[in-house]
Amino acid sequence: MTVAAEVRSDGGAPRVRRAVSAADRVGLGAILLSSVCLVALGGRWVTGPWASVVVVVLLLTIGGTLGLAALGGPQARKLLAPYGLLKPGMLWLALFFLAPVWSLLRISLSTKESRFSVQYDFTWAFENYRTAFTDFGGQFQRAFLYAAIATVLTILIGYPVAYVIAFRGGRYKSALLGLVVVPFFTSYLIRTIAWTSILSDQGVVVSALRTVGLVPLLELLNVMDNGRLLNTPSAVIGGLTYNFLPFMLLPIYVSLEKIDHSLVSAANDLYSTAAGAFRKVVLPLSAPGVFAGTLLTFIPAAGDFINAQFLGGPNTTMIGNSIQDQFLRQNNYPVASAMAAVLMVGIASMVLLYTRFFGTEDLA
Amino acid sequence: MIRSRTKVGRQLVNLVAVFGLIYLFTPIAFIVAFSFNEPKGKFNIIWQRFTLDNWLNPFAKPQLTEAFLVSLRIAGISTLVATALGSMIALALSRYSFKGSSGFNLFLVLPLTAPEIVLGSSLATLFLNQTFINFGFVTIIIAHVMFQVSFVALTVRARIRGFDWTLEQAAQDLGATPFRTFWRVTFPLVLPGIMAAALLAFALSIDDFIITFFNSGPVQSFPIYIYGASRVEISPQINVLASMVLFLSIAVLAIGTFGRRPAGAPRKPRRRR
Repeated sequence: MTVAAEVRSDGGAPRVRRAVSAADRVGLGAILLSSVCLVALGGRWVTGPWASVVVVVLLLTIGGTLGLAALGGPQARKLLAPYGLLKPGMLWLALFFLAPVWSLLRISLSTKESRFSVQYDFTWAFENYRTAFTDFGGQFQRAFLYAAIATVLTILIGYPVAYVIAFRGGRYKSALLGLVVVPFFTSYLIRTIAWTSILSDQGVVVSALRTVGLVPLLELLNVMDNGRLLNTPSAVIGGLTYNFLPFMLLPIYVSLEKIDHSLVSAANDLYSTAAGAFRKVVLPLSAPGVFAGTLLTFIPAAGDFINAQFLGGPNTTMIGNSIQDQFLRQNNYPVASAMAAVLMVGIASMVLLYTRFFGTEDLA
Repeated sequence: MIRSRTKVGRQLVNLVAVFGLIYLFTPIAFIVAFSFNEPKGKFNIIWQRFTLDNWLNPFAKPQLTEAFLVSLRIAGISTLVATALGSMIALALSRYSFKGSSGFNLFLVLPLTAPEIVLGSSLATLFLNQTFINFGFVTIIIAHVMFQVSFVALTVRARIRGFDWTLEQAAQDLGATPFRTFWRVTFPLVLPGIMAAALLAFALSIDDFIITFFNSGPVQSFPIYIYGASRVEISPQINVLASMVLFLSIAVLAIGTFGRRPAGAPRKPRRRR
């Protein structure tokens, strides 16, 4: 007689029955346990014979929940269903997101015997972090500064565009919105390379500025350098602004779209000026969009290295360039990992602070 | 006085918006224009003269075409996997209330708060010094699925948030099996959300550079090829392929916007044979 039949006929053995009624706890525990196993294996906490033990535990956990679902009857299946749906994706993230972060932190504290060896040993080598700060402090500063300026610029450009589309678009709303997204159907790299030639010394922009005679003024404002736009911080920031503009514009548009227009009319009826109605009604209601857009723009911009590489010069490198260079060219994994870890923690803490001060409920 | 000031303000906002649109389209106009350029030398960045040659031979660079196909293949496979995994997560999070759901919700957003370079380099450290997989096609797929899953799950969850789950109950009360209920009721209702998420995932995959760069090994996807080639050559074929993708997506968009039956309009009666 199978266990399932037993359960159905007389309520089953007490142990099985208990497992059935606590199936949700079993499901949750199984996901957590198998995630820990995967992180342990991927992050190389455990090696050699212990690794096989962990693999066995992992298989038993997954097999156990499947068994409980198969034998436990409808009640257990109902309780296990959400965990079963979550499991494949969550385990994927455990193995290919959590475990890598763990192994990144581990390597950031390791040393390599020589530049050319691929082996590294975990030695609590905190000097990697010192190197990261002393040798690449400027790159960290530039990364955060450029990303911050680019984020502000995306708000200044993205907000009016989103506003005009949402409030004055009429029946062309979706067509206009499509128009805004169209440029981003071409590849990120190709767009950036296009900017390289637009801003080049023989390019359209520089020659136009030269004809109009704005070059001295822009040099005074530090936007241009020696009559050049390319290889200056402004080119890098301009590229970042351009490439991340939709991440700001779309969330703002979504939050503006939701606003009930009768609220604005009400403000006008109560003798508010247009500017007053905007400041007191529209702006606060669109704040969640600006908030989400800021995160979506700042985070990728701070880690970017494409804009700095194609539009910038040796004095405008950002931390992304250094990580890429140390990791892929110098094979200096420990220092590269230390820099990536600092970047990750730096951004995470900024996001936390930002959420604490400006956070809104409906983010995701 | 107030009226005229308001009018000026209105025009000013419109002006900024127009300027914003011009900013958005400058490089695009440039890309399309230079697909008709006959470059002198290897770098297609200075205007010489008009030609149709590039459009007549869009696949003249076999490596470029090959890289484009590799990217399509990667995007296709990773989107399938990520859409399946992500939709299951979204279904679990919106359909059921269960222990630990807030924790899973939070965990899902975490990959989005790390910049791509951190995701890419950390995943590469996982693949370093092991003997199971070499850097290449498989590692790119793994990487892409990793960052697509969260996007898919969040998009699908947002789309099915207001879904009326009592419909499932109704189907079951009318005698449908759980499988039939899912297939005939739940699935058709969540399908539009899943399709939107899959499109987004596909677009993210095909354009991804940074994460792919760390995990590609010898395989060249479209962005990786362009990056490598940009030092020695920028061929007009790049512009042609980019313009083709652009026009194709504009066409899809136009059909979606103008070809759609207005909401509430009666469906054309289907002709009977």
